[in-house]
Amino acid sequence: MSVLISGLLYAAIAVFLIGTGLKIARYARTPAPLKIPTMPAPLTRAGVALRMLREVVLFESLFKASRWTWLFGWLFHAGLLLALLTHLRYFTEPVWWWVALIAPLGPYAGMAMVIGLCGLLGRRLLVDRVRYISAPSDFLMLLLLLGIAGSGLVMRYVAHTDIVALKQFALGLAALAPAQLPGSVVLLAHLALVALLLLIFPFSKLLHAPGMFFSPSRNQVDNSREVRHVNVWSPRSALEKGADRAGDNGS
Amino acid sequence: MAAKKPEFETPVIDHDQLVPALARGALQHSQPFVAKPEIQEGIGFPGELVDNWQRVAVDKLGELVGKSRGLQVYLDSCVKCGACTDKCHYFLGTGDPNNMPVARQDLLRKVYRRYYTLPGKYLPWLVGAQDMTEEVLDEWYRYFHQCSQCRRCSVYCPYGIDTAEVSMAAREIMDTVGKGQKYCNEIIGKVHKLGNNLGLPEPALADTLEGLEEDVEEETGVSVAFPLDVKGADVLLVTPSADFFAEPHIDGLIGYAKVFHQAGLSWTISSHASEAANFGLFIGSYDNMQKVALRIREAALELGVKRIVFGECGHAWRVAYSFLNTLAGPFDFLDPRYPVPQHIIEVTHDLMKRGALTLDAEANDDKRVTFHDSCNVARASRMGNHAGGQFSLPREVISSVCNHYYDMPANTIGEATFCCGGGGGLLTDDLVELRVKGAMPRMQAFSEVTERHGITHLAAICAICKSQFSKVLPYYGFEMDQVVSVHQLVGDALQLGSPE
Repeated sequence: MSVLISGLLYAAIAVFLIGTGLKIARYARTPAPLKIPTMPAPLTRAGVALRMLREVVLFESLFKASRWTWLFGWLFHAGLLLALLTHLRYFTEPVWWWVALIAPLGPYAGMAMVIGLCGLLGRRLLVDRVRYISAPSDFLMLLLLLGIAGSGLVMRYVAHTDIVALKQFALGLAALAPAQLPGSVVLLAHLALVALLLLIFPFSKLLHAPGMFFSPSRNQVDNSREVRHVNVWSPRSALEKGADRAGDNGS
Repeated sequence: MAAKKPEFETPVIDHDQLVPALARGALQHSQPFVAKPEIQEGIGFPGELVDNWQRVAVDKLGELVGKSRGLQVYLDSCVKCGACTDKCHYFLGTGDPNNMPVARQDLLRKVYRRYYTLPGKYLPWLVGAQDMTEEVLDEWYRYFHQCSQCRRCSVYCPYGIDTAEVSMAAREIMDTVGKGQKYCNEIIGKVHKLGNNLGLPEPALADTLEGLEEDVEEETGVSVAFPLDVKGADVLLVTPSADFFAEPHIDGLIGYAKVFHQAGLSWTISSHASEAANFGLFIGSYDNMQKVALRIREAALELGVKRIVFGECGHAWRVAYSFLNTLAGPFDFLDPRYPVPQHIIEVTHDLMKRGALTLDAEANDDKRVTFHDSCNVARASRMGNHAGGQFSLPREVISSVCNHYYDMPANTIGEATFCCGGGGGLLTDDLVELRVKGAMPRMQAFSEVTERHGITHLAAICAICKSQFSKVLPYYGFEMDQVVSVHQLVGDALQLGSPE
């Protein structure tokens, strides 16, 4: 069983890294023909960095759009980040000091995820507009994440797992020498669901995570009059090459 | 005799601003006239539906996704959170679920998923992927012509997904397979041939401008010039051709001329580029948009001007401000002391600040004015040298020439402004039901401010907004002439022939 789950995790991590990496490379390579920031937009790179930071950390646009979606979405994502960080305690020996410091927050992170996900699921079921736009995969994605957070909480509060053995397994996994996995059905389910999440990441809407950094409406500087943005596939750009200009084709 | 009754009901204005319940298929019947073969061929597209159009459409989608980072990211990233679902004026005015921005995008996204993503290829039912079928094409034609590309949804999307980009791509694909929209494509053909949307040849334009000179002189006693094709003029004015004919646009043009006159600027209109509008944007055709934009470059070179100034037009200012440098630049042959291009509001604002204009705001004391932020000016461009200048500059200009100015509710102006309902290539009589219903949120805000502050006039800086409001205001119990050009207000307040 340990071999099987280790294999599955390795495969999932490989698919996640390669798949997402290829997608990111593709986003980076694809030209942005025109300047299309949603205005008003920052006039400098630093301003854009700040705008992106507010989007990534505070979900600024979503806050403007819908307070409930923002609340549940933010709770879930903040919980997920915290949960991921506290999980580092399984992979570090000695445990990094700041990981030890936040470790007690782990269960609350899981609860925040569950509350957030239930809220989002509730909206998806109860708000007719959101139900209309939901495909089966949209519900399943929430259930998958609920399964991951829920199984984590079950191990914390109901069916305790042998933490020492789990840490051996995790350290082994990280060292490419998998050890014995503690015999726990809940743990198996937890890990299998995580593997599934990693497997579907590069092929699903989870791409919003890397995608948002490449979104021209958010990451472009408002300077089209000052700096000429060059469209590499413009029929004119061949002619322009001669009179070469240092065009800003970055985003 | 009673006026011809519309075959639909005008939405009732409800100040609670409630989000409508879903009304499936409420505007399924709305679609614009299809372009005839000669119109299509005139702008480089097949005349009618090509034989293997499904394949051509899917290939074109792949090509567009490969050429636009935005489109690719937008198609991949939507998580169906629903943030945009109550933001579109066409949804608010109709309740048709396909007018929710995400649902509109999904019409294209389901095809992208089917042909270009792994789960869509093997498990289409799971992710809502769908084959490119005749029904899909028909849905596209209806609902991608119910998007005015106003970008309001993109303000609220956590990833900035811009439905305008998706709807432009869909229209480009439809044109590529031979199913184009008559209104836009006919107009683009006219610009290629004659230089403006109206198909107005040079002699007619010269006549019109001459007539305007006479009118203004008659009214004010001052000889204000409306120059055409004057070589060596300092400023090339590029303005929507509606300014030459339509009301209230023409009073805006008179306003620009008075500003130039009093500031002592030498300026000219070009008959080669007698159009600011660029409908190539609406149909997502880079080639057509560039071809139209290059006329402006050619005119500027030919006339040897030093500056390019755009008149009041929303999407034109988007193409000018955000794209012109890319499409037709570099403009290093112009005077580097001025931004290229400039908006007429920027010119007037600057002259006002320098005290170069003698203004008497009392001339507009009969008016109580509010201002409609045009979508493309608000969310796709800028004025002045600071972010948000597109909101403050027009208001400062209006406030300098009007003593009674009031804003509409905050969630309906600025970056949250509602489209007039006629933008994005939808300003055509075959879509009048859509236009009336889509104007509902704006009319709601206008009616609110009218009740509170006794507003009499709705000032606009876009040719499409002005035409659209003239058409839809009466449906909501207002008068068509309540819409005015910002530069009409300026022109009326300008004291011409002031002492040296």
